[in-house]
Parts: sequence; structure tokens; C-alpha cells
Amino acid sequence: MHSSITKKLAITLLAWAIALVVFFPIFWMILTGFKTEGEAVATPPSLFFEPTLSGYHEVMARADYVKFAINSVVVSLGSTLLALLIAVPAAYSMAFLPTPRTRGTLLWMLSTKMLPPVGVLMPVYLLFRDLGLLDSLSGLIVIYMLMNLPIVVWMLYTFFKDVPKDILEAGRMDGAGTLQEVLYLLVPLTLPGIASTGLLSVILSWNEAFWSLNLTTSSAAPLTAFIASFSSPEGLFWAKLSAASTMAIAPILILGWMTQKQMVRGLTFGAVK
Amino acid sequence: MLVPLCMTLWFSFQRYNLLNPFISGFAGVDNYTYLLTDPALWTAMGNTLLLVGWVLAITVVGGTLLAVLFQQEFFGRGIARLLVIAPFFVMPTVSALIWKNMMMHPVNGVLAWLFNLFGFQAVDWFSSLPLTSIILIVSWEWLPFALLILLTAIQSLDDDQVEAARMDGAGPIAIFWFITLPHLKRAISVVIMIEMIFLLTIFAEIFVTTSGGPGLASTNLAYLIYIRALLDFDVGGASAGGVIAIVLANIVAIFLIRTVARHLET
Repeated sequence: MHSSITKKLAITLLAWAIALVVFFPIFWMILTGFKTEGEAVATPPSLFFEPTLSGYHEVMARADYVKFAINSVVVSLGSTLLALLIAVPAAYSMAFLPTPRTRGTLLWMLSTKMLPPVGVLMPVYLLFRDLGLLDSLSGLIVIYMLMNLPIVVWMLYTFFKDVPKDILEAGRMDGAGTLQEVLYLLVPLTLPGIASTGLLSVILSWNEAFWSLNLTTSSAAPLTAFIASFSSPEGLFWAKLSAASTMAIAPILILGWMTQKQMVRGLTFGAVK
Repeated sequence: MLVPLCMTLWFSFQRYNLLNPFISGFAGVDNYTYLLTDPALWTAMGNTLLLVGWVLAITVVGGTLLAVLFQQEFFGRGIARLLVIAPFFVMPTVSALIWKNMMMHPVNGVLAWLFNLFGFQAVDWFSSLPLTSIILIVSWEWLPFALLILLTAIQSLDDDQVEAARMDGAGPIAIFWFITLPHLKRAISVVIMIEMIFLLTIFAEIFVTTSGGPGLASTNLAYLIYIRALLDFDVGGASAGGVIAIVLANIVAIFLIRTVARHLET
């Protein structure tokens, strides 16, 4: 009995040490956000200091955080909903009406994700300019939707594949059309999977920086652009930068923490058993 | 995504420079020969492979070991787990900034302070070890992801099986090697596949920290194309680079996904 307690203590110490080391950079950033600029660059780093909100005040005074945040929310939710809307029928046909080429198509779709986005930046930029989509929320939603679509389709496909065909068969016997079949049988059955796919898509869209920096200037700019506006001209004002960064990651970090169980359950639902 | 892809293909055969509209017309394969004979391309390709390879190795090995550790019972496990997975949710731009300014800064960074404390010379991470620094930062971002997936997989491990093995006299290492690891095979395949998709196009971390330098020391393929397109305004050349990247991605994809996908099937 005694040795098992010692063992538990040892594991506790080790695990917490690793957890704290991994989390330290984030902790340090949050801490720095509450320092004055002088304390932020002090060597040796100051752990004990009088917390101040001046960093936050200055950030709020300089940029309209709320507007950037709303843009981020609209774009990540919008692109995720749109992607799901397109991916559900696509994954449905791949899972239940497979052709010999289905596997290849899926792999090919995934491989397009390995193309550096900058490779298609020029064509997309020119297209967006001609369509009047530059610096618009709808343009950003479309591009994020395209960006996440391969992963969304692939994940939904793995979930749908696990649904017993008999259930859908039974539904069809009872006179359900394809649309009812999807809406009333498939979607409710795979809801955990769909939810986790959506969550991942929201997180990826929220954190995306490349397209948002290149395709928006002001009115549609999300939080990644907000951070960029603080990092380039005054990268040396660490307290302000930290305050801005904390505000930019806080919503998604909290969402991620709250939904991590759900997300992993879905992520590993089809693939890992 | 098909329309831009075709346009990229078209541009890649053109002389198209945004700075000089008078240079235009069909270039044939000039852009390709120029790129393929450019030593920068091979450096960038090597860097890309090094980056992907190292990060995959670190996150998969580290993630597996951490999953075993965090699956044990200990005090405050829930909170410790939350702390460990946090970096995955931080946007790449922000994590690159944190590491650049507050961790790896040669004068004011926490690492420099630690090194000095123990009597070592502080390292100027981004100028002396640029690629290593990038690998460290990216691993920090993706380790939590690997851990998250593997931890879930490990929880479905059959306790009776472990107990039986222990009865038969298997030590903890034997149990890990012969029971835990085979059980995790599918989960590891998933991690490798998803991570690879994102690691091949790492951009923000390089852009924020080293800008691909010094020289080309930390330039990967994505960043090289960016330099060609936006800094040299050479649309034709950049498009050709994009096409090469697609071909490369597909080769890697077919090669690796085939091996990984086999594990996923059964």
C-alpha cells in the first residue's frame, strides 16, 4: 500500500512538471499582458509585480477588438456551416454509393491540402478582385470553407461508413426519400461525429492566418489580422502584444477546453477503436 | 479549388511579372527549368522534409510516452491534461510570437535567462539554429494534438489483457512494447496522416520568426514559393513552384497515405 502511494506521488510530480513546462509559454504570455512595458523586458524576468491593465487599455484604444472578434466568429461559424452543408451529401454518396474510384478521390482531395496555399494565391486573388470579394466576409467564408472541405469530407466519410446499411435500408422500406434518410436517420446517428468535425473546422478557421492577411484589409479582417497589426510595427512592445494575443486566443482556448472530450470522441470515433 | 489550380497551371507556363507588364507571353517550360536548376529549390525541399520528419518523430514518440503517463491515476489529472493540450488551440501566429519574443529572445528571453542561470552561454536561437528553432516551436504546437488522440485510444485498452500479461510476468516495458504499442497503431496512423497534411505547408511560424533565413537555412517549400510570388513578383515562377509543390505533395501523399491507409482499413 505504501509503495503505491509513493508511486502515485511520483507520477503526479512528473506529470505536473511536464504539464507546467508545456503550458509555460502561454502562462508567461498571459502574465506579460498584465505587466508594464518595462517589466515585460526585465532581466531576470520578474515573477512578482503589480498587475496593471494598461496594456489592455492601450490595445482597446488602438483597435476595435470587438469588430475583429465578431468577424472571426462570423467567418469561422459561417465557413464551417457551409462546409458541412456541402460535405454531408458528398460524404453520403461516397460512403453509401461507392465506386471503384471513391478511395482515390478521397486521397486526392486530401492531398490538395498539402499544397501550400501560396501556390494558388495569385489566381485566387485575381478571381476575388474581379468578383468583388476582396476584404469581404463572404469571400473569406468561401475560402475557409474550401480550405477545410477535404478534411471535413474525409472525417464525415469515416463516420458515415460505420453506420449499418440495414438501418438506412429499413428507413427506405418505410418510404423515406434520400433527403429524409439523411436528415432523420444519418445525421442524428452520427451527430457526435458531425459535431467534432465542425469543432475542428471552427478551430482551424479561427487560427488561419495566411488567407486572412492576404485577402482582407480592414472591414472583414479577423483576429489573426488584429494580431498581425500589433506584431509588425511595434513588435518590441511585449506587454501590449501579449495583451492583444491573450484576447485573440482566449475565446478559442476556452471553447477548445470545454469541448475537448467531445472533439476527441468524434475524431477517433471512426478511425480509432 | 479546381479553377485556381488550372489558373496556376496556366500561369506557370507564362512570363508574368507584376513589376513589368511588358514582359509577357508564352514561356514554355522556362519557368520549370529555371526552378529545377535553382539550388534554392533543393535546399527548400530538404528543409521541408527535415521539418516534417523531425516534428513527426518528436510528436509521435513524445505523444505516445505522454499518453501513457497521463493515463495513470494521479492528483489533479483533469487540470494537468487541460494545461498540456492548450498549445493546440493557440493560433500559429501567436505561438510563433510568444516563442520569438518571450522564450527564445537572446537577451530578454526566458530560455536565455535559464541558460545564464546555469552558467551556459545564451543561444541566439534564430540565427544560429534556425531550423531547429522552427522544429521546436512546431513540435510544441502539435505534441498536444498527438497526445489528445493517443490518450483517447489508450483508454480503450483492455485492462484484463494487461493484467493477464502481468500475471505471466511481463514487466512494464514489455507490456508497453507488446500490448500498448500494437493497440495504438491505428491511432498513430491517424496522427501521422493529419499532422503531415498540415506540416507540409507550415508557413506562419517561419514568416513570423526567421523569415526563412539566415540565407535559406529555414526556408521550406511553402515559404520559397511565397518569396518568389510576393517578394520577387514573379507570378510565372511562383506558379511553377506551386505546381512542383502539388506534384511533390501527391508523391508523398500516395506513398505515405497508402502505407498509413492500410492500417486504417483493418
